[in-house]
Amino acid sequence: MALAADAPKDSFRLSMLVYDTRYRSYTIQIVVLVLFGMALAWLLNNTAQNLALRGKEFNFGFLWQRAGYDIGQQLIPYSNDSTHFRALLVGLLNTLVVAFWGCIFATVIGTIVGVLRLSKNWLVSRLMTVYVEMFRNVPLLLWILLSYVILSETTPAPRDFRVTDEMAAAGTEPAASMMFFDTVAVTNRGTNIPAPVFERGLGTLDLGFMSLNLTFWAVAAVIVASVFVNRRMVVGARAQQEATGIRPVIWWKSILILFGPVIALLVAMGLDLEVPELKGFNFQGGILVAHSFTALTIALSLYTAAFVAEIVRAGILAISRGQTEAAFALGLRPNRTMSLIILPQALRVIIPPLISQYLNLTKNTSLGIAVSYLDLRGTLGGITLNQTGRELESMLLMMMIYLSLSLIISAVMNMYNRAVQLKAR
Amino acid sequence: MKKSVFFGALAATTLVAGLAGAATLEDVKARGELICGSNTGLTGFGAPDASGNWTGFDVDLCRAVAAAIFGDATKVKFVPTTGETRFTALQSGEVDLLVRNSTWTASRDSELALDFVAVNYYDGQGFMVKKDLGVSSAKELDGATVCIQTGTTTELNLADFFKQNNITYQPVTVNDDSEAQRQYLAGACDAYTTDASGLAASRATMPDAENHIILPEIISKEPLGPVVRHGDNQWADLVRWTFYALLVAEEKGITQANVEEVLASTADEEVKRLLGASGDMGAKFGLDNAAFKNAIKAVGNYGEIFARNIGEGTSINLARGLNALWTQGGLQYAPPFR
Repeated sequence: MALAADAPKDSFRLSMLVYDTRYRSYTIQIVVLVLFGMALAWLLNNTAQNLALRGKEFNFGFLWQRAGYDIGQQLIPYSNDSTHFRALLVGLLNTLVVAFWGCIFATVIGTIVGVLRLSKNWLVSRLMTVYVEMFRNVPLLLWILLSYVILSETTPAPRDFRVTDEMAAAGTEPAASMMFFDTVAVTNRGTNIPAPVFERGLGTLDLGFMSLNLTFWAVAAVIVASVFVNRRMVVGARAQQEATGIRPVIWWKSILILFGPVIALLVAMGLDLEVPELKGFNFQGGILVAHSFTALTIALSLYTAAFVAEIVRAGILAISRGQTEAAFALGLRPNRTMSLIILPQALRVIIPPLISQYLNLTKNTSLGIAVSYLDLRGTLGGITLNQTGRELESMLLMMMIYLSLSLIISAVMNMYNRAVQLKAR
Repeated sequence: MKKSVFFGALAATTLVAGLAGAATLEDVKARGELICGSNTGLTGFGAPDASGNWTGFDVDLCRAVAAAIFGDATKVKFVPTTGETRFTALQSGEVDLLVRNSTWTASRDSELALDFVAVNYYDGQGFMVKKDLGVSSAKELDGATVCIQTGTTTELNLADFFKQNNITYQPVTVNDDSEAQRQYLAGACDAYTTDASGLAASRATMPDAENHIILPEIISKEPLGPVVRHGDNQWADLVRWTFYALLVAEEKGITQANVEEVLASTADEEVKRLLGASGDMGAKFGLDNAAFKNAIKAVGNYGEIFARNIGEGTSINLARGLNALWTQGGLQYAPPFR
């Protein structure tokens, strides 16, 4: 008893910080924290010192100066009189549009390939294996360059479309002609497609700091509203089916709700198609989808689809065979088995790695610089950086934007993931 | 012990990093070679030849500076830079001197904290098109697709030119000259625009050079010259006066071949000062007194450098034009060597 009561009572000694396990972990953590703080302070100090040495100051004022350069692909109005900030927005939208289409195509192609790779058809499954291995194991940059070179070297020059007077007299055909009833022209610069124009458009609303294209937003709002109403109706129909056992016939209502209002609005605004026409050096009118965009989207989609295919295959294989057999035993047809039994469970396995593929794709759009695609990296991190000499500010801003983009995408996908998660009831 | 070595090294690197840029000449002397930022490859101005030796109009100026410092024109290392990376490479101390057809502008002088020390080539921006396009003036380029190197002044001039003339164009932004040529030759753009000298240099390397024309319009002033970091006046002076020494040499008829002969026979005091026979001109720049003689001996005078690399008779075939000496109606003028 005496011994136990005589537990070391001695006061705290400095050496205990190292030798006493109770304190050692704190010591280590504090040391690491101090070292980290010192490293950070050194970096900041070094940056500040070097900036001062070169007579530069850290500020983002340059974003409001006139940009002075032109950008080929603009989703919002932009001219060389706009500010660098506007150029940043144009670049950001160019990044987003590639990322958006890339994610959609990659998911669709990836899912199809992933399912086909499990096909019992030997040829089909082997072909898909070849595709996956080819795209996964060659650097993305090479795929981007390859698709760009193929697009720009195999397509005719705009002048090949021209019909000169002599040709008309001799009755010879030009070397190249437009497709789809003379509405689409593929040249070695890009694809010219018809553009929607409105006779009675809603114009633009000027908010001072930015202007809104009301026509575009009206169409977008109507589509969103239609989808929402349609969804409510489907939910209502399901509730009725579960209550009464009879599913009401709603398919024609769906079609009416989804397409009716949009078509009515477009007709009311006087929708017309502006078909591209060869004038001077290039096709004028319509929309020019540059090959840099097409090549980047194709390469990113095919490359990422190879990874998505593997993820989908893994997800499906993760569901035990017994589930399918049980579903068959209950009398479900194969496609119902897939959509009701396998996919809901497979999605739990598929979604998390899919998020990281989406993030990869979004970040990989910055490789567009190789084919002169002016995305965020090309405008803010390229021309703006060069013309203003604001490397640090531009790079930090660009990193912040890519970081926010990635965080937003993963937040949205995580929400979806929670929605399809197996719920314990 | 280990730790103190580590921290010592850390402190030393910080110090060195802090001091770099202050005394470039000392750094270069201590290193034993000059590091010169050059073009990634622009025939006639700065490009490696078949055996890997850098040659060209801009390259020779680097060699002249190396010869002035070390008495040996081979003690120079060339670092290829693109339009995008060149100024960062100079600012960060990766290169001591940038001679890479860079345009002298107000904002580069002030905002980028660079010093353009001289103009070794007076240039202007032009357009090159294929002959069979049937265009004879840049103002006819309405609606054309134009290839343009990014990070350059030409990018901004192009936008201004088309706006002033109320015509439109579609830009294709490329990273360097070779990429621009590929796009242009493949027909991805109707016209290629850059400095007229650069266009001539590009055309010289094309397999069908006779099928391409350079349009008569020169849409901008492009004074190209050697660049150093802001704040090291001794180094800026050295580079500036090495260039002027080459100009004075042409003015006085001193060539690579006859420099020793002239030195022995001349009665001209300015020539004597230039070649180090009297006074202490070299020493004033922290160099050997024969520094400028060495530079002239290594690469020849300005006229010789021009004629050898880009002059009439070479594949680039440029006339002296604005770059003739002031005595012959050009703009090349050196202040007195006194």
